Amino acid sequence: MSTRIVVRVQKEVFDAAAEAATLTHGRSDFGALVTFTGLCRDEGGALAALEIEHYPGMAEEEIKRAALKAASRWPLEGIIAIHRHGLIRPGEPIVLVVTASAHRGEAFEAASFLMDYLKTQAPFWKKQHLSTGGTGDWVEAKAEDDAAARRWLG
Amino acid sequence: MRALYFAWVRERIGKAEEEISPPEDIKTVGELMGWLSSKGENYAAAFANTKTMRAALDRTHVRHDALIGAAREVAFFPPMTGG
Repeated sequence: MSTRIVVRVQKEVFDAAAEAATLTHGRSDFGALVTFTGLCRDEGGALAALEIEHYPGMAEEEIKRAALKAASRWPLEGIIAIHRHGLIRPGEPIVLVVTASAHRGEAFEAASFLMDYLKTQAPFWKKQHLSTGGTGDWVEAKAEDDAAARRWLG
Repeated sequence: MRALYFAWVRERIGKAEEEISPPEDIKTVGELMGWLSSKGENYAAAFANTKTMRAALDRTHVRHDALIGAAREVAFFPPMTGG
């Protein structure tokens, strides 16, 4: 079975519903569609924006690698993975993962796998811009994200 | 070869990319980090804690013991924080 895979890295805001509709449009043969959107938190008002740096080229390739892994592991009808870069304000979407499959189990698992993989393997870095003005620190990688990614190994 | 730096590695070195010509005896990514850190205080600061440093050769993640071989692009960056 071939899985329809769409991967994009972009500055612009995306419309999660419109993106998901591209997988379901004209289809009536599968029963599960999982849509996950990662949003920019305001960190209790402390954060003015996140600046997301990426490695052009490798970022797309790494997400595609993850999508291909997901497609070989679960019977998926479609995968959409979109990651933004540049300045992102609290409340705005950062990342979108959509998975479609015959039944919900595969779609949930694949979406979770993609997010775990994306967080630890795709070359993106977040820098904080503070509400008090000026830039804060680079966001540090979390051990629990690594642990979450490791559970898919083996 | 082309060297790319991202996030705080880029900030500490003070540039996003450059052409580098490491000597012949530099065979691995780890050795390359050692050689780069001798290029100046800014490089030494960037590579002070190589344990947390990530690297890629021609846009593929590699370990520090990876051979550079014929790679044309090397990148150094902190652990990723996307998603």
